[in-house]
Amino acid sequence: MDYFIKLLLSGTAKGSIYALIALGYTMVYGIIKLINFAHGEIYMIGAFTALLVGGALQAAGMNPVFILLISTFCAVFLASAYGITMEKIAYKPLRAAPRLSVLISAIGMSMFLQNFVLLAQTEKYLSFPSFLPEFEFLKPIRGYINSTQFIILIVTTIVMILLTLLIKFTLIGKAMRATSQDREMAQLVGININNVITVTFIIGSATAAIGGILICSYMGQINYYIGFIAGIKAFVAAVLGGIGSIPGAVLGSFVLGWTESLGTGYISSDYEDSFAFIILILILTVKPSGILGRKENQKV
Amino acid sequence: MKIKILKSGLIKSLKSTLWFSILLFPLLVMKITVKEGLAHVTYRWINLALIVPSALILSELWRYFLQKKGAGGNREGKNRGAVITRLIYGNKKIRNILLAASVILMATYPFYAGMYNTNVMISALIYIMLGLGLNIVLGLGGMLHLGHAAFFAVGAYTYGMFFRYAGQFFINAGISTGWMFWIAIPLGGIMAAVFGVLLSLPVLRLRGDYLAIVTLAFGEILRMILQNWGSVTGGATGISLIPRPWLFGINVTPRIAATYIYYIVFVFVILSIISVSRLENSRIGRAWEAMREDEIACQSMGIDLVRNKLTAFVLGSVWAGVAGVLFAAQTTYINPDSFTIWESILILCIVVLGGTGSISGVILGALIIKLLPEYMRAFAQYRLLFFGLALVLMMIFRPEGIIRKIRKVYTFPVDEIENKPAAEGNS
Repeated sequence: MDYFIKLLLSGTAKGSIYALIALGYTMVYGIIKLINFAHGEIYMIGAFTALLVGGALQAAGMNPVFILLISTFCAVFLASAYGITMEKIAYKPLRAAPRLSVLISAIGMSMFLQNFVLLAQTEKYLSFPSFLPEFEFLKPIRGYINSTQFIILIVTTIVMILLTLLIKFTLIGKAMRATSQDREMAQLVGININNVITVTFIIGSATAAIGGILICSYMGQINYYIGFIAGIKAFVAAVLGGIGSIPGAVLGSFVLGWTESLGTGYISSDYEDSFAFIILILILTVKPSGILGRKENQKV
Repeated sequence: MKIKILKSGLIKSLKSTLWFSILLFPLLVMKITVKEGLAHVTYRWINLALIVPSALILSELWRYFLQKKGAGGNREGKNRGAVITRLIYGNKKIRNILLAASVILMATYPFYAGMYNTNVMISALIYIMLGLGLNIVLGLGGMLHLGHAAFFAVGAYTYGMFFRYAGQFFINAGISTGWMFWIAIPLGGIMAAVFGVLLSLPVLRLRGDYLAIVTLAFGEILRMILQNWGSVTGGATGISLIPRPWLFGINVTPRIAATYIYYIVFVFVILSIISVSRLENSRIGRAWEAMREDEIACQSMGIDLVRNKLTAFVLGSVWAGVAGVLFAAQTTYINPDSFTIWESILILCIVVLGGTGSISGVILGALIIKLLPEYMRAFAQYRLLFFGLALVLMMIFRPEGIIRKIRKVYTFPVDEIENKPAAEGNS
């Protein structure tokens, strides 16, 4: 039972990070109906920026709390900047193009960014210093949950709540909901689609960057390739919950996190990454619209 | 007026230069090395000096081409920058001469090129086969297939495992192991077809982006099985010492073997070019193209979607499977690393860059993608960076690829139509 609870908790931590990445996928998909293949790369770039800025500040001998704050800020800022730029270059000129073209463009972007980081930085795994503090009060239950996992849970919860509030109660949130329902109609009632798309990319990239910092602190290492596999998994989570739906993405991420954690714990750790793929194939065969998704009607 | 436009353009470029300098600063200027848990950051200021002018030039170029593209939309789409296309399709005489020359050049290649170049060309030819296989699925059927390398792997491992488990039997029976290649060729094709059907089961109901991601997942699962199920597949170390094809029992030198394999692959490529072009103009080929354009309209015209998708997938996979056997025979060593998702994406690049749906485009794409990094060593390191960028740029500026597919136009002599009433309509 102890083992089970432990696995469940680590699955929850994993799932909440997938949720942070899956949110970007699901929001972008909701608005421009595109699987943003390069989303995982944004997450990787966010984590790399945190490492670079953090490393530079550490060398300057700064207080760890400040390092954490400044590097997180830089990572979020730069990831959002990359998100916007990517959208402007690779997706905006293709608004009217067939969906397959945009998808190929996204694959190209993912390949480009990955190799860009590989060439500009290094191909080796770098150890990621733990910027996150240790909590004294977690000592008694250390066997179940450590400080990093605790922080991951807290941060994810806060981000979710903020995002829900933003989408439910602000003007831009309303515009986003309208755009995702019907882009042309939203344009007709005076919503600036380009702004909505930009904001979506900013939010998606920012949450991905936060997820990147958290998971790298959790795993303790980073390299240029981490974005790809995490991106695919987050996508699986988004599809599992019903792509385009925000609560669905969160639910899907937790289900995926638990499955992976329990699967590696009880079956085999060799196949850790394949659980996500198997779930994906199963869900798309059985219920392609996902757990909370709506069925989309096809029209000629 | 003109100066004003120029000025506003310059301001825009300066703005984007500033933007890109901020964007690229951390990753290009700072470089991190971690030693004993301590991070060291070094600064490469020289890169910043390179970023500024190149960003300025690139953003000017970017805006110029986007504007040109926007203006070109009004013109007749047919003539848009189709120099190569016109060269190939325009004049029948030139086309035939070009075709004959390239066939002769390719057919005598091993005699003047040397062993290294021959080996390079063999792998380029194998990629032409892979590209043609994907071309059936993507170019004709319109399905974005990101697991093509998996079928390549199925073919290669069919031969590898056939040798691993049956090789001893052949040796005991006194038959040359070189024969195994000829058995493995149809076997590889059949195995790939079986896996193609397996993949089709979940895929047939899906479309567009979902299909892409499921095929990707399929490829990765297969690779993980190959990697982790060591007792059967040889695991991460793979299978080595796969026999070369048989050549009249002679103990061949590597050079002769390379020539021999070159011709086998060459014949297979010619065969695939002929059969793909025949397929394209067949009833089923037209059904695929209809399916690509609009699935629902196609269905309402009485075309069986499930059957056509299945045939497209299975045929595409068979080509990849045969290419896999050839690959195993050429390298004599296979391991799961040769069949990652990036291999699939490279094959996608071949089709998309060359020209989706066009056979000559796929051939050109394969030659570019395999030969360019091989002969430009300085470029090899950056090849994936450039191919990724090329995918994006191609989609924006030239979605039809370098060589555009010319769609078949059915023409009738005018008087024939006038003489025959429409009711007879034997099209």
